[in-house]
Amino acid sequence: MAISGADTAWLLVSAAMVMLMTPALALFYGGMVRKKNLLSTMMMSFAIIGLVGLLWVLYGYSLSFGTDHGGIIGGFDFLGLKGVGQEPSFIYATTVPHLAYMIYQGMFAVITVALITGAVVERMKFSALLVFAVAWFTLVYIPVAHWVWGSGGWLIKLGVLDFAGGTVVHITAGVSALALAGLLGPRKGFSQKEPMEPNNIPLVAVGAGILWFGWFGFNAGSALTSGGLASSAFVATNTAAAAAAFTWMILSWIYKRPSVLGLATGAVVGLVAITPAAGFVSPIMGIFIGAGAAAASYYMMLFRAKRMNVDESLDVWACHGIGGTFGALITGVFATVSVNSAGFDGLLYGNPMQLLIQLVGVTVVWVFAYGMTWIIGIAIRKIIGLRVSQVEETIGLDLSQHGERAYGGMLR
Amino acid sequence: MKKIEAIIREEKLEAVRKALAKDSYSGVTVSEVSGHGRQGGYKLQWRVGEYHVDLLPKVKIEVVILDEDVAKVVNAIRMNARTGEIGDGKIFILPVEDAVRIRTGDAGDDAI
Repeated sequence: MAISGADTAWLLVSAAMVMLMTPALALFYGGMVRKKNLLSTMMMSFAIIGLVGLLWVLYGYSLSFGTDHGGIIGGFDFLGLKGVGQEPSFIYATTVPHLAYMIYQGMFAVITVALITGAVVERMKFSALLVFAVAWFTLVYIPVAHWVWGSGGWLIKLGVLDFAGGTVVHITAGVSALALAGLLGPRKGFSQKEPMEPNNIPLVAVGAGILWFGWFGFNAGSALTSGGLASSAFVATNTAAAAAAFTWMILSWIYKRPSVLGLATGAVVGLVAITPAAGFVSPIMGIFIGAGAAAASYYMMLFRAKRMNVDESLDVWACHGIGGTFGALITGVFATVSVNSAGFDGLLYGNPMQLLIQLVGVTVVWVFAYGMTWIIGIAIRKIIGLRVSQVEETIGLDLSQHGERAYGGMLR
Repeated sequence: MKKIEAIIREEKLEAVRKALAKDSYSGVTVSEVSGHGRQGGYKLQWRVGEYHVDLLPKVKIEVVILDEDVAKVVNAIRMNARTGEIGDGKIFILPVEDAVRIRTGDAGDDAI
């Protein structure tokens, strides 16, 4: 098929927008930690932009989207971008250059790994994080991306629907975050209920705003074309984010006051939940998906804080794991071929089997991501250790890991 | 000469400054400080629920005054910083040996 200029332009812009989401995540997470760990938290995301950006072109794309082997993993055919050029791929996004599709997918890999860092802030050794990122990208992200999105992947053949990464991105990251936080142990002072005061909520708000903007590239870009489907996904995305932001604000208001941090969190949760559904559901359904996900995530976060004895510091599991799961399952209810002929009808449109298939996909990825992360984490803990020393943690990771501080100078 | 150090509520700063200016002490040093006395701390919202902050933001006013003004100034601060609730703060009165105005070299009471 010939290259479409419009599709290529939209996909390249979308790739750039998704790239911007990881620096936005750095702000979103950075604002929520204590002042002494602001830089180290941001650095985790930025370092992953560099690291995964390299791994993706070297072998990541090939093993995710290369020739299928038994439904489990891609091949070595695109190693080092061999054969990935200005002509379209025969299989994926056939109206844009193969390179455009490749780099678009690469930005998803970057942010997925970066999402996990919210669970380990303020105490994980930087070197251990880098080793973890390489291992996790290779052993969790690549296989799951292949299963769900790669031609011949076993979950896509089973009929699992994941428009833009509810399963591949958010469930893998959220569930792995919980596993890694468990292995790492709580921050010093967590058990004594020391206040872990966010240093800069405006950074969180700006980060959430840029994430929201970038998410249009994430979801509407996943149409891989620039026409009606992209527009539908765009509207669904905005509607869900708006509904979720508002729902969380109301929940915090009922509890006490309408919280800025709460509204920003809600927006992100809504965006997470609409991700798997964006191009399969009628845009107006975004209201139910966003509001439902915000409520689910809010109460799971409360449950984590009150009942689970784990310092999953910035609640990656409650936001992305639960939001992603809610979205993946609700896709099996609200999906309709009238929006996307490449999709399937869901429960609401007379096909209850789709919900079951979504449940299988969710369960498989939960178990695989949790188990594999646990194995990787144990191995790193044995070999180089996961945590900084007690003293380094007390001083803060900005100084102890990076020899820098966020705000310099005693006077202006 | 005496130095007055008053730890007061943030929201009472303007009233106290106005009162001091009326007593012809318009030159003051103000800093944002954290701490707590009998007031235990307060709660702030997290994404869900709340967390406890035990160091409260307060304002510290420092002003050096003439010995004969102590009663008047302390009373002015007290009347204007008071709400009657726990957490109104404290006033400390310290002896000062000398003072020098940098620009002119004036010393003692003339420097105030």
